[in-house]
Amino acid sequence: MSFTSLTPADLDQMLRAIGVGTVGELFADIPATLRFDGDLAVGPALSEAELWAHMSELAAQNVDAGRELSFLGAGIYDHYVPAVIDVVMQRGEFLTAYTPYQPEMSQGVLQAIFEYQTAICELTGMDVSNASGYDGMTVAADACYVAKLATGRDKVVLAETLNPQVRQVVRTFAPGFGMQVVEVPHEGGAVDPAAFGAAAEGAACAIFAQPNFFGVLEDAPALADAAKQAGALAVAHVDLTTLGVLEAPGAYGCDLAIGEGQAAGNPLAYGGPHYGFLAARMALARQLPGRIVGETVDRTGQRAYVLTLQTREQHIRRERATSNITSNQTLLALAGLAYLSWLGPQGLRELGERCLALAEHAKARLGLPPAFAQPTLKEFVVRTGRPAGEVIAACKQRGVHPGYAIGRDYSGLDDCLMVALTEKRTTADIDRLADVLDEVLHGVPA
Amino acid sequence: MSDASYPDGLYYNEEHDWARIEGDTATFGITWYAQDTLGEVVYFSPSAVGSTIARGGEYGELESTKAVSSLVAPLSGEVTEVNEALQGSEATVNDDPYGEGWLVKVRLSDPSEVEQLLDAAAYQAHLESL
Repeated sequence: MSFTSLTPADLDQMLRAIGVGTVGELFADIPATLRFDGDLAVGPALSEAELWAHMSELAAQNVDAGRELSFLGAGIYDHYVPAVIDVVMQRGEFLTAYTPYQPEMSQGVLQAIFEYQTAICELTGMDVSNASGYDGMTVAADACYVAKLATGRDKVVLAETLNPQVRQVVRTFAPGFGMQVVEVPHEGGAVDPAAFGAAAEGAACAIFAQPNFFGVLEDAPALADAAKQAGALAVAHVDLTTLGVLEAPGAYGCDLAIGEGQAAGNPLAYGGPHYGFLAARMALARQLPGRIVGETVDRTGQRAYVLTLQTREQHIRRERATSNITSNQTLLALAGLAYLSWLGPQGLRELGERCLALAEHAKARLGLPPAFAQPTLKEFVVRTGRPAGEVIAACKQRGVHPGYAIGRDYSGLDDCLMVALTEKRTTADIDRLADVLDEVLHGVPA
Repeated sequence: MSDASYPDGLYYNEEHDWARIEGDTATFGITWYAQDTLGEVVYFSPSAVGSTIARGGEYGELESTKAVSSLVAPLSGEVTEVNEALQGSEATVNDDPYGEGWLVKVRLSDPSEVEQLLDAAAYQAHLESL
């Protein structure tokens, strides 16, 4: 627990420093009629010891992937977060969620953001990245607006195999952008490039995921090509932790690469907050929302960092701005940078290979029929022959979270269980999952 | 950077754009004052070739390191040519605003609009009033 001193002497000193007599005076500008007068219905204040006990009791009711065996994924993944990342994040110089507002202030933060952008560009094969977005959903909405500005078109095509939450957020933003959303259904777990291309005719952009929400590897180059043939920007929604083994979107012609950054360097954190990344080809740089940090030299010729292309932003271009975002997730993106740097190219490759190998081993060990025939990475869907929600509930009673009930989001898949394998799972964990599923599905005692 | 100049023979509007008339076509650019005020030009985003622009309306944007300015058409017509040579060397607008730094060429739809523009002397008088 951290500790902040607030003795009466501390308080007096602070009030004197700003020339105010009492704390009450700080609120003098708020009209008395707007101020709450009375006691809040929260009970008496607890002592530090009582508060600690109370919070510990509440915290003990939480279940996390460190205490119970989890094969949950579906967009948020339980990868190991090396200790070095927290050490970097806890540095006081970095502890803010915000990008700097003044172009040259905080050189250290600017350098960190520049290096984050560089890592994202190297992994995705893109030319320019912003300083990060909120999450993997909002960056998808951002990509749609970039595409509208770049093409003058107002239709968005989404592969149905994108994370349902991504599609939901795009559908929420689209009317505000004056855009319409069209979804291309999956066929056997993947999207048909011909259908994707046909839907992309007249569209500003077409977005697909690689690997997709089911863990299936799409024919991503064919999807990107189909989008571009139709005159739409090709947008790949990717997972940084797979880019050590999968081709970079820039290498197969994508115009934008976006995604959820959580898997790279952020803990599960009960689903967020995390960070999103958004990178593009240079031709789209002026349409890219958010802050962008550039590297330059100062007047004495020394390397320096500066917020760049600010003329896109609302404080300069006003209502004609192509960027109306001023905050992001700098601290969590910084964790992403620390993670990517710590693993490096070889570590990322080994990570991807390990997740792939563990998932293949789990498929064989579980022996359940696959829902889809295509190759997968890190995550896969099997048929249990029973409503997946019931199977999951029965497994949870045995202390194992076997995966995600994909029928919650897709029709015809009610008996399907989606199982995620990160490098943190072991073959012994997989044995335990297999035994618990056996017991639940066939009544075989563990 | 060039020295201040406002050539005779060009027509000016109060928004610091100039037009050079040749028959039924005109070339547009920005004045020395405009480029000096903007600072180093880093990006030029013109109206597309074939698009129609109206006198007093916008025909593109110029971006400097500190601001973005709309370009205000001195005359109406259809854009027939855009100065592609500026792409990547936009500072030509600063170095040679009346020559190599021209912006677009326009086929005029109403050449009589020229009568509403300022000559070099009137434009300089306008500058002194600012």
